[in-house]
Amino acid sequence: MSNANSNDLSFVRTEILPERTPPTSAIGVVGWMRANLFSGWFNTLLTLLAILVIYSILSVILPWLISPTWGAQSLDECREIIASTFGPNVDKACWGVINDRWIQLLFGFYPSELYWRPILAFILLWAALAPVLFAEGTPRQFLLVTALYPFVMPWLLWGGTIWTPLAILAGFAIAYGIVRLGASMIGTLSAIILSVVVALIWWLLVAGPLAGQLQSIIPLALTEVTSRDFGGMMLSIVIGVVAIGFSLPIGIILALGRKSNLLIVKALCVGFIEFIRGVPLITLLFVASVLLNIFLPPGTSFDIILRVIIMATIFASAYVAEVIRGGLAALPTGQYEAADALGLDYWRAQRLIIMPQALKISIPGIVSTFIGLFKDTTLVSIIGLLDPLGLSNAIRADTDWNGIVWELYGFIALMFFVFCFSMSRYSMYLERKLQTENR
Amino acid sequence: MASYSDPPKESFRPSMLIYDTRYRGITIQIVALIGFLTLLGWIINNTAQNLADLGMRPSFGFLMEPAGYDINQTLIEYQNQDSHLRAAFIGLLNTLLVAVMGCATATILGVLVGILRLSKNWLVARLMTVYVETFRNVPVLLWIVFTMAILIEVFPPPSAFRGDDPEASMAVFDSVAVTNRGIYVPEPLFTRGFGDLSVFGLFEISTNLIVILAVLFAGIWGARKVRQRADRIQNATGVRPTTWHFSLGLIVIPVLAVLIALGLHLGYPALRGFNFQGGIYMRNSLIALWLALSIYTSAFVAEIVRAGILSVSHGQTEAASALGLRPNRVMNLVVLPQALRVIVPPLISQYLNLTKNSSLAIAVGYMDITGTLMGITLNQTGRALETLLLGMLIYLTISLSISAVMNWYNSRVKLVER
Repeated sequence: MSNANSNDLSFVRTEILPERTPPTSAIGVVGWMRANLFSGWFNTLLTLLAILVIYSILSVILPWLISPTWGAQSLDECREIIASTFGPNVDKACWGVINDRWIQLLFGFYPSELYWRPILAFILLWAALAPVLFAEGTPRQFLLVTALYPFVMPWLLWGGTIWTPLAILAGFAIAYGIVRLGASMIGTLSAIILSVVVALIWWLLVAGPLAGQLQSIIPLALTEVTSRDFGGMMLSIVIGVVAIGFSLPIGIILALGRKSNLLIVKALCVGFIEFIRGVPLITLLFVASVLLNIFLPPGTSFDIILRVIIMATIFASAYVAEVIRGGLAALPTGQYEAADALGLDYWRAQRLIIMPQALKISIPGIVSTFIGLFKDTTLVSIIGLLDPLGLSNAIRADTDWNGIVWELYGFIALMFFVFCFSMSRYSMYLERKLQTENR
Repeated sequence: MASYSDPPKESFRPSMLIYDTRYRGITIQIVALIGFLTLLGWIINNTAQNLADLGMRPSFGFLMEPAGYDINQTLIEYQNQDSHLRAAFIGLLNTLLVAVMGCATATILGVLVGILRLSKNWLVARLMTVYVETFRNVPVLLWIVFTMAILIEVFPPPSAFRGDDPEASMAVFDSVAVTNRGIYVPEPLFTRGFGDLSVFGLFEISTNLIVILAVLFAGIWGARKVRQRADRIQNATGVRPTTWHFSLGLIVIPVLAVLIALGLHLGYPALRGFNFQGGIYMRNSLIALWLALSIYTSAFVAEIVRAGILSVSHGQTEAASALGLRPNRVMNLVVLPQALRVIVPPLISQYLNLTKNSSLAIAVGYMDITGTLMGITLNQTGRALETLLLGMLIYLTISLSISAVMNWYNSRVKLVER
């Protein structure tokens, strides 16, 4: 059949029909609603139910939230304002308490003229975490901040002379120097043992007096703040960050120990991990508050926040160990075999091949462990520390605000929600990123 | 011709303990063991010295002394003259009670939310996302005290039920009283019951309950037999006989018969004096803890269920449909077994978390093992070391038993790989 012939056929169209608009019921808002909300009797029922639920919740909460009581100085004043604006017997929020106490909920009883210190520590925290959180795109110089942060943060928060953290840092420098120089002279192993011994002697015997001497020569010190004044969100963040920071190296060692084929080492690690994971955090906090001083030599006593941080670190390290063990297990066996085939010894293989990959896989898990720990820091209110929840009880004990319930709980819940939600979103983003990279 | 011989035997040198891989492992282990034992010895030594300074000797004798405090919510008989050990046991039962109740509710809620989150209905899916994110991103302790505050502030006091024209009235056909002290629900009573059975003289178990449970399990066993017979018939003939009415009858009718024979009736709570009497009384603290734990955990369960369902690839469902299976059999035979393999291990670890979180009962005054043994008993006797060790041991036992069940299940359903 030729072309010319086909052109003659009257039923073959030569031009394309103009596009017609789809029926109005399939496009736009209406179409979307038909597809997503009312696509059948069951779906319609669900939608109506959902609307009912949302309405019944919002109709209670929204009118309660909208309340012009931001400036009130006490609950009675709130009630007067509400009564004069809306009439008697109207239940409305009293926002005066948040206006009055939000700073306290953030910082506890930290001296108000020194608020710049926790704020600076918080900002530096992000700089220190940058190489971990956003691995690409951070200049290598940030690693220096990361390395120095463990020494800067306690100094900023607790204050005191700058020479103490510097003396402790010097101990690390000395140990590192001995390893670097001594490795060629007396062998790696002896150098490591020597460096540990020297560093311990330095910290236990030399560092304290030296810092005192230097302080008397060149006084460089921040005002000291006792742990008793720590509180609020700051306390939660301090406990969470310090505990997770210290638990990382401990967790790595525990995870390696659990995977090792040395029987005794493995048994010790498994026993430790399962014991810690088997008991609730609150019992460990009880141990911190009543028992830890009994375990230490007579006469030792350090403050409760430090004890809580120790127990939180022990608690977190067991969970981090399990997360890292998961990361180690997720690595293909080929990686281990390749490392062996290259002739790397155990520690080199771990450092160069296994750990970089395993830790990368475990970061989302570590972040969720951190979220869990951060939420669990509220438990310290049970042993009498003034975290946000503990502070809320203290605030309600004040005669001005006696009877306030929902505003405080709501505010604290909101603070935790903002932190935890953003961290979990970050962890999800990271998981997605890692997934595409592995494919 | 090449001849092989063993390499010359080296004599043992001490340096081989470190540099020879054959011996290095042993060296490291011995060093680790010595280090651990030293640490342990150091701690025990310190403890002994500190306790000696305080004039105390570790002993568990205090457990037999009278406790002297009341427990306001008990499952079995308890007076304040009973021993500390019995008080601890009451606490343990309370822990288990709230853990079991919480796990059940969290599972039901979590499965519901998890499935609804996958709904094609945009509004419902978003609503469930909000539910999950709200509840899991706020500390559980906050939810517990928050729920407690709601129960106290929102519900009427028992006095509101009094008078001819009371402010509050009982719910569900005048049978359930919801007050700010707790909830009273009708209790089952038996006119012709068998009475209680004493177990070793320690506590009493209702014989009626045992009889009812025995009949129920016999019914379930019978229903299982019926199903197996249906399977056999289906294998032989290809036609599956209808059995559901038969099974249902096997389970329901005997239990009903026993209940009628025992003379079941309900004891309703009634306002007498300042408070309600009769019925089963659930304290606010129990309800707050139970609700908060279940809702908090259900958010995690929902995510687990959602992940489990998503993990079964669509091809599986399509293949099952192509084989001619009906939708509910596709669900039962193809999707659920695969999804459960993903769901169950993290689900059980959530149960573990819930059980451990139930120790937060102390924040609302519910007397669980933390509140009795590690709370009041500790404060009264001052035996911190013994009570805390015992309490941790109990929690550890619970956790390890749950893990053992998990490992057993895991090994049972694990895919057999090469």
